[in-house]
Amino acid sequence: MTSANKPAPDSEITLRVNGKPHTLHIDNRRTLLDLLREDLGLTGSKKGCDHGQCGACTVLADGRRVNSCLLLAVALDGSEITTVEGLGGDGEEPHPLQRAFLDRDAFQCGYCTPGQICSAIGMIAEAAAGHPSQVTDPATPSGRPVPLDRSEIRERLSGNLCRCGAYPRIVEAVEDVIR
Amino acid sequence: MKSFGYLRPDSVQEAVEAYAAHPGARYLAGGTNLVDLMKLGVERPAVLIDVGRLPLDTIEELPDGSLRAGATVRNSDLAADPRVRDRYPALSQALLAGASGQLRNAATTGGNLLQRTRCPYFQDLDKPCNKREPGSGCSALDGVHRDHAVLGHSPHCIATQPSDMAVALAALDAQVELYGTEGTRRLPAAEFHRLPGEHPERDTWIRPGELITGVLLPAGTAGVPSAYRKARDRASYAFALASVAVVLRVADGVVDQAGIAFGGLAHRPWRARHAELALLGAHATPAAFEGAVDLELMHAEPLRDNAYKVSLAHNLALDVLNRLAPAPAAA
Ligand SMILES: Cc1cc2nc3c(=O)[nH]c(=O)nc-3n(C[C@H](O)[C@H](O)[C@H](O)COP(=O)(O)OP(=O)(O)OC[C@H]3O[C@@H](n4cnc5c(N)ncnc54)[C@H](O)[C@@H]3O)c2cc1C
Ligand code: SF4
Ligand code: FES
Ligand code: FES
Repeated sequence: MTSANKPAPDSEITLRVNGKPHTLHIDNRRTLLDLLREDLGLTGSKKGCDHGQCGACTVLADGRRVNSCLLLAVALDGSEITTVEGLGGDGEEPHPLQRAFLDRDAFQCGYCTPGQICSAIGMIAEAAAGHPSQVTDPATPSGRPVPLDRSEIRERLSGNLCRCGAYPRIVEAVEDVIR
Repeated sequence: MKSFGYLRPDSVQEAVEAYAAHPGARYLAGGTNLVDLMKLGVERPAVLIDVGRLPLDTIEELPDGSLRAGATVRNSDLAADPRVRDRYPALSQALLAGASGQLRNAATTGGNLLQRTRCPYFQDLDKPCNKREPGSGCSALDGVHRDHAVLGHSPHCIATQPSDMAVALAALDAQVELYGTEGTRRLPAAEFHRLPGEHPERDTWIRPGELITGVLLPAGTAGVPSAYRKARDRASYAFALASVAVVLRVADGVVDQAGIAFGGLAHRPWRARHAELALLGAHATPAAFEGAVDLELMHAEPLRDNAYKVSLAHNLALDVLNRLAPAPAAA
């Protein structure tokens, strides 16, 4: 592991993406986002800023929402990745939150939408697991699920920018699935 | 991005040895700052040593009543830990006031402490910057510096330390635990970051190759009322213009413990020792709080375009102090 020679600039990694295993030979510089889009052709995850500032690249890694543009794929060897393409599972039916986005017309250009949806799914799980947010009343008991009112939803999704300003309807779509 | 080799040691010892074998390597944790800076060309390591999966991901209680959070505990998990929320609310609040849900899921305790400044010139290879390239000059001095320091800056660098978490750790008397070839040592979180002086290229007192293994939250501030408040350009997902962490215990109307640290004002979390001294033993009244905060902020030396930070910090500190002080008993 700690050989004095310079370690190789490329690596072999295995990832499960939307349930399917992939073994890939990658340049160590490959980000998860570029791997998904360029190597696997999964272009649902979007590149808005490439610097963690917009959330368009949000995916779930081992069930947690993350910015795929700032993750090096080599560091994720063995991880389970879910992208917007995998949310509906094997079936033809979209995920309930995807359905809610359609019903609520919660997008205009749609560029931020995959990231919004992956982020919201991760965020709903976090609140259910008792994770507080900046707007959670400090008196809320630790460890219990945090109810998601509008201010909670807005705060918890603040890492996803929407240049079309679809925010009010995004909040409504999320409310539809948590009720 | 420059090409690099990748190593993933299995233990702290192996990580430190890997650095010794590859001086100039960088430790990679969540990558949310390092990968960003590598994309910008600010960081160009030949080797990355991935410490993100080291078994330093637990939060444990020590026999003396302190709490130890490992270096790879994710920011979201540290903020949500019931012991942290109950005993050190300022720390949980500071973490939750930083970055976004996604970023906090990747960011680690160690990486958060060592994140680099958000000074735009530091990130712009075309501009002189003493922190990035010692001796090249400071573009912010006469440039855009409304986000920059008002305390403890030097003619060589006026950048601020960006971490919210570090501000809470400083106020809570936390310690940073380090491991290197010379063994283990601890530094107070309030002294971990440096003032820029003539060497702004060094953000902290960490030695080359040293690994942060964790932070220690002491028994002495456990359960003492504390809070964090941050002002920024938008309601969420933005760095602090100014922030404050306050730890305050009042007994019979008199302050008997006070820890105050400002964020966004200096190259390190600014522990307000003058204000704390003035408060100890004083009656916990709004006037006493104001006097103490003024005593601290009179040392501020604002730049051309950031004097607003002094009154912003003043108001934030007074709000939090007054909120934490128990309401006086009805006459
Ligand atoms: C858009 C955006 C907004 C943000 N907003 C905020 C904000 O409002 N408030 C805030 O506080 N932060 C904010 N951040 C910064 C974020 O908190 C940091 O990027 C994060 O905490 C860094 O942790 P990491 O584990 O990802 O570190 P990495 O990027 O992996 O590493 C950062 C540095 O620490 C070193 N390092 C990492 N771990 C160790 C260790 N154990 N020992 C020694 N060295 C180590 C690395 O070598 C590197 O130099 C923001 C970031 C982004 C991208
Ligand atoms: S303030 Fe510091 S980081 Fe910013 S340009 Fe000047 S030297 Fe560089
Ligand atoms: S593309 Fe990743 S956050 Fe913008
Ligand atoms: S729908 Fe266009 S950016 Fe959100």
